[in-house]
This record gives sequence, structure tokens and C-alpha cells, in this order.
Amino acid sequence: MRSLNKKSTRFKVIDGLLIAMMILPMLAAICLKVVCTPASDGIEISGALIYWEFDGMPLQPLIISESQVNSWAVIITVFGLCLYLTHGLTEKAETKRQLAAEWIVEKVEGLVGANMEGERDIFGGYAPFICAIMGISGFSSLACLVGLFSPTGDVNVTAGWAILVFIIITYYKLKGGLGKYLIGFTKPVPLFTPMNIIGEFATPVSMAFRHYGNVLSGAVISVLIGSALRGLSAKILGGLPGVLGEFPLFQIGIPAVFSIYFDVFSGLMQAFIFAMLTMLNIAGAVPWEDWDARRAKKEKRKQKKAAKLAA
Amino acid sequence: MEALAIGIMLGLCGLGAGIGMIAGIGPGIGEGDAVAAACEAIGRQPESKSQVTSTLIMGCAIAETTGIYALIIAIMLIFVAPGIFTSALIDGIKNLKG
Repeated sequence: MRSLNKKSTRFKVIDGLLIAMMILPMLAAICLKVVCTPASDGIEISGALIYWEFDGMPLQPLIISESQVNSWAVIITVFGLCLYLTHGLTEKAETKRQLAAEWIVEKVEGLVGANMEGERDIFGGYAPFICAIMGISGFSSLACLVGLFSPTGDVNVTAGWAILVFIIITYYKLKGGLGKYLIGFTKPVPLFTPMNIIGEFATPVSMAFRHYGNVLSGAVISVLIGSALRGLSAKILGGLPGVLGEFPLFQIGIPAVFSIYFDVFSGLMQAFIFAMLTMLNIAGAVPWEDWDARRAKKEKRKQKKAAKLAA
Repeated sequence: MEALAIGIMLGLCGLGAGIGMIAGIGPGIGEGDAVAAACEAIGRQPESKSQVTSTLIMGCAIAETTGIYALIIAIMLIFVAPGIFTSALIDGIKNLKG
């Protein structure tokens, strides 16, 4: 491996650029929010703001909303973080950031190995995917700490991820053959077919709504606590004259305590659970016996063909 | 008449949200049971604490789902539904008059 000079100017400049790549998207998103938020007085609960609307699209006007902009900012930030952590890797870990990167990779690979290893090891390549889901989901939920709207508080974002997972699940279910997959719906008796079809779609719906509901409820509760504390301090200090009457006594610090649970813990927990359910659902979707039977059949057909060609 | 209709509608939305949140009972009981069982397990085998705890948190988060559904419906009823229903109501009243 080419040895890198850690002290060189070039290395430091690239480091600085990567750090800027982490911070600037967030700052840009904050500025956009400040510019685009309509003036209002008091606290209100609303969904994602709509920044731009493009007409002339075939189905409906193309809407660029706050959650899309913020999730792109989060994606660029996570990408910058990854590049920063892996910048200047050496064979033997010397820097803190390399140790952090190795720790993350080891933990995620351990998690994927513990939860997805079935009879055979075909899921080894899923560690980056799981890590990406966890990272983006966690950072999206934490975006509300810098005053941005959490992209995961919008059902469209989490539903997109859930549909992605649903496609992977269906891909593995189809490994046993299309016929076997369709027959599987009529088990144990044909009467259950509608129930089974609903159950099939319940997986992505429940994954999407679980994540979205937890983040949204955290945001709503934070806003309610904030407005309640404002009312309380106005009630108690309202009688005092001048600046003292408007002093936000109870808004100092108290919302932060609740925010630790509702924003930080709940958001990270949901990121972990989303990744966990992804792993369990994908690992549980493979019909091993049918797949083996299908593979054996294919092998036999190939051999027959080869024999025919040889004859 | 419009004001009365909108008032009744808002009241019913709030009532519906409150009734919907009765669903919070289910996850509460379920999570309580899960935590009780986890405490027993840790008491019996203290060395398995970390595994039991991670499984417990995972299970609790999944058991919470039904409560979260109810919460989403309640939030929708309070913050989203009045906006939709109000315009529909005003249109209906206009049709009645005209």
C-alpha cells in the first residue's frame, strides 16, 4: 500500500473539503428552511413544507418538499462522513478515524452475520446495505436536533425504504419458482388467500408506519411540550413588569430533557429496528427447500442438454 | 349555521381522536408483560442480561406498533382531518342553501 504523508498540505486540504462536505449541506438546508418558512406567530404543527412545484409532469405536478431536500442533505452528509473516515487508510490502524471506521464495519458485519446467517452464507453482501439504511435513518431522525424537519417524519420517505425492502423480500421469495410462490398464498386452505395477500402487503406498510409514527409522535410531543411550557411561564411570570414578564423561564433546558428521549433515543432505536426487521424479513423469505429442488432440476436439465449435445 | 356545523365537526374530531387512543391500553399491557418476563429471566440468569435487554427493546418496539397506529390516526384526526372536513362542510352547506 502506498504510504500517505499525513502531514502533507494536500491531505489536510482534502480533509477540510470533506468536513465542509459534511457540514455545508446541513447549513444549506437550514438556510433554505429559514428563507422559505412563512412568517407565523406561535408554535404550529405542520407536515413538510413544499419548496417548489413544477408543472407539466405527466401524472401530477412534481413537488420538491422539505423532506426530499433534507434527506438529500443527510445523504451527502453521510457520504462525506464515510469519505472522511476512510480517508488515508493504512494497513495497520494508526488514526482514530480508521479505528472508528473499522469498529463500524465490524459491528455491522457481526450484526448481519448473527441475524441473517441461515443454512448457507448467501447474505454476506448485505452488510453495506444494512449499514446504509441504519446510517441514513439515524442521521435523518437526528436532523431535528439542528432545527430541520426530520425526513423520517414524512411517510413518503419511510415508505420508499419499506418498498425497497419489500422488493428484496419478494425477490428472495421468488427464488423457489413463481408457481411455488403463488401456490404459497393458498396455504393452509384456499379460503385464506385474501388474508395471505393482505399479510404480504402488511410487512412494508407496518415497517413504514412504525418508523414514521415514532418520529412524528416525538416531534409532535416536543412541540406540545414547548407550547405548554411557554403558556406556563407566561402564566407565572406574566404579572411581573417589563422584560421580566416575558422571560422564558421554563423553556430553558426542560424541552431538551424530553428531546433526549423523543428525538435522540427514539430516532436511533427506530433506525436499529428498521435495520433489524429488514434483516429478519429478508433472511426469513428464502424458501430453502424449494430453491434446492429448483436448482437440482436446472442442473439435471443442463446435464441432459450436455448429454444430447455430446451424442 | 356554518359556525355550529364546524364546531360540532371539530368536537367530533377531538372525540374520535380520544376514543382512538384507547388502543394505547393494548401495547401498555403487552410491554408490561414483556418487561416482567425479562426481569424474571434476568433474575434467574443474571449473566444473560445484555442479550435479554436487546431482545426486550426490540420486542417492545414491535409491540408498540399498534399504539403508534392509533397515535397516527389521532394526530391525523386532530391536525389533518379538520382541514379536509371543513371545506367539504362549507361546500355542503352552500349546496343546501343554493
